[in-house]
Amino acid sequence: MNSTVFHHVQRIAADVFAVPVNHITLNSSPATIESWDSLQHLNLVLALEEELGVQFAPEEIEQLLSVESITTLLDQKLHASDRTL
Amino acid sequence: MALRQEINQLIAANALSKATRCLAQLWREDAGPATAAFIISRYEQLRQHLPLASSRLFILRSFTIEPAVPLVRAMAFVHGTELSVEVGGFNAYAQEILEPTSRLYRFAPELVILAVQTRDVAPDLWDGYTNGTSTDHDAVVERVVISFRNWIQAFRSHSQAHLIVHTLEVPLFASQGVLDSQLENGQVAAIQRINQAIQRVTTEHHGVYILDYDALVARHGRLRWHDERKWLAMRMPIAADNLIHLADEWSRYIQPLTGKVCKVLVTDLDNTLWGGVIGEDGIDGIKIGLEYPGAAYHALQRVMLDFYHRGILLAVCSKNNLTDAMAVLENHPGMVLRPQHFAAWRINWNDKVHNLREIADELNVGIDALAFIDDNPVEREQVRTALPEVTVIDLVADNPMAYARTLRATPVFERLVLSAEDRERGHYYVEQRQRVELERNAPSLEDFYYSLQQEVEIVPVTPATCPRVAQLTQKTNQFNLTTRRYSEQQIREITTSSTWNVCGVRVKDRFGDNGLVGVVITRDKDTMCEIDTFLLSCRVIGRTVETAVLSWIAEHARARGRRQLQGWFLPTKKNTPAKEFYSAHGFRIATEQDNETLWVLDLEEVAIAYPQWITVTQIKGECD
Repeated sequence: MNSTVFHHVQRIAADVFAVPVNHITLNSSPATIESWDSLQHLNLVLALEEELGVQFAPEEIEQLLSVESITTLLDQKLHASDRTL
Repeated sequence: MALRQEINQLIAANALSKATRCLAQLWREDAGPATAAFIISRYEQLRQHLPLASSRLFILRSFTIEPAVPLVRAMAFVHGTELSVEVGGFNAYAQEILEPTSRLYRFAPELVILAVQTRDVAPDLWDGYTNGTSTDHDAVVERVVISFRNWIQAFRSHSQAHLIVHTLEVPLFASQGVLDSQLENGQVAAIQRINQAIQRVTTEHHGVYILDYDALVARHGRLRWHDERKWLAMRMPIAADNLIHLADEWSRYIQPLTGKVCKVLVTDLDNTLWGGVIGEDGIDGIKIGLEYPGAAYHALQRVMLDFYHRGILLAVCSKNNLTDAMAVLENHPGMVLRPQHFAAWRINWNDKVHNLREIADELNVGIDALAFIDDNPVEREQVRTALPEVTVIDLVADNPMAYARTLRATPVFERLVLSAEDRERGHYYVEQRQRVELERNAPSLEDFYYSLQQEVEIVPVTPATCPRVAQLTQKTNQFNLTTRRYSEQQIREITTSSTWNVCGVRVKDRFGDNGLVGVVITRDKDTMCEIDTFLLSCRVIGRTVETAVLSWIAEHARARGRRQLQGWFLPTKKNTPAKEFYSAHGFRIATEQDNETLWVLDLEEVAIAYPQWITVTQIKGECD
């Protein structure tokens, strides 16, 4: 797991869900973050795309329901395009 | 990250003005969905401690637009407005407009956006285009135009809110390829015909504005505007990194409609209005003209000249020797702007904060009416810190070619209506500068008044003058006895009443026509004539015009058989110039409550003499 990628996800998720940065862990999910509803999920996806310059496919968006899965997928995408953050 | 931590610490330490300054900086440096959420949550913690204006926006839409809402709210917060936003039901815009008790009207918005896509409202002109014949296409165009016409009419009959209508976009590729452009009535032409017709409909209604959505998409690149997969999966057609451009475009309407505009653009000179430093490079060494690199500054000056014609005043604030700078302004062949375009200048070695305050005083505007551009980040930071009300515009010093478009994209210079006075405002202030010079040279005040050769015209409210009359009641703060604000609609209603009188005041003098600069609204009740509104633009106050107008009101009230003239003085933060007005003309206090005073003049005993140096003429019409 790439910690730089995690830190970006952590900060963006904290902004979007309006919670302190240290509340976001790899285990965070809609079950642990109260404001993580379907609209905020879309906002999170758009914020990640806009800030990190990636794009998610619709089937990926449905599966991104934890910080860990988001970080793993971002890691793969950045690796595939030979990029680092 | 560091800035976010600093903001959290500033909020914890209750350092509010520094915190809001840092929030604005964060938005300038990193505007986007995540930052928007951060900014909104911090402003929501602070809002009861901040002097925020508030406004309500309802968005009618045919597609998923929710992700743009935090962006436009964050932007509004940074500009000092708490914007409450509600989004209409998905594709429910027609029902919401037509049903008078719908969520739209219950929300009581001040601003409404109608955002409908071509593929939703006219699918036969989108994917289905080649299925139809030319007759079919004409029928679709007509049906869509009629729909828009009905929606706009219905909206106006249920709400007085401002309505911003998105135009329809044209497709990335026409269904018939390049053949489309060869046809008189192709797919793109059909969509453009709809847009032209919607544009005509909006001009028939007050407070309905066109947002050229197709031009917005084109400006940012049609190929990369959309995200087709998100459109298909979640009806969200706009790519994540373009949402900010949509919110920016909305902001260009929201800012003028909520009154967050600047009246004056104050500019630095060296490396801002021209390339180089006049004191070092000399008049032959600075860069300004049609050639590179002077063309960048030429383009910037061209924008400022456009602003000047839009009624925005220009002023100079520069650390320089006055004679060096004036030599360029007067004589350099490459300059677009000349001394006659500037309403004021401070070209000296004083600090800019002091100079900006003086410019605001000289032009009789609040400090919040100023916008400031300067290539030097240190000067900008100093102004931001000392005068947070001033709109400071960042110029990226290593790219002068971008200066012009930065200025054009700044929403505080947008205007949605332009009166004849707005267009002429630049002249008025230059004439004002000449009047001040005359006053300095006149032996006595009376000589000065005579030398001005002022003519006051009392004019009726007509369709041509009504917008300006309403605008004056909305915008005049200083010489305004009651500060009652009226819309055009309300002014029109008052003019139809037999007991109310509304007149405009036009003032001319030897330096030119000041235009329509005053409004008087009176109401007869039994033996009494009450002055409901008496206001004059600060351009003409202190030259006894106010006395001449009051004499005229008294004379006409008496002629209509009234025995007393009365009027309230309702104090505000800004109208002290009008405070002594009634007492100076022999009125007595009749009632006093809180700080508000009602003044009365007995028309049978006291007459108000016309100043001998002013001629007053009444132009006949609907008024009186």
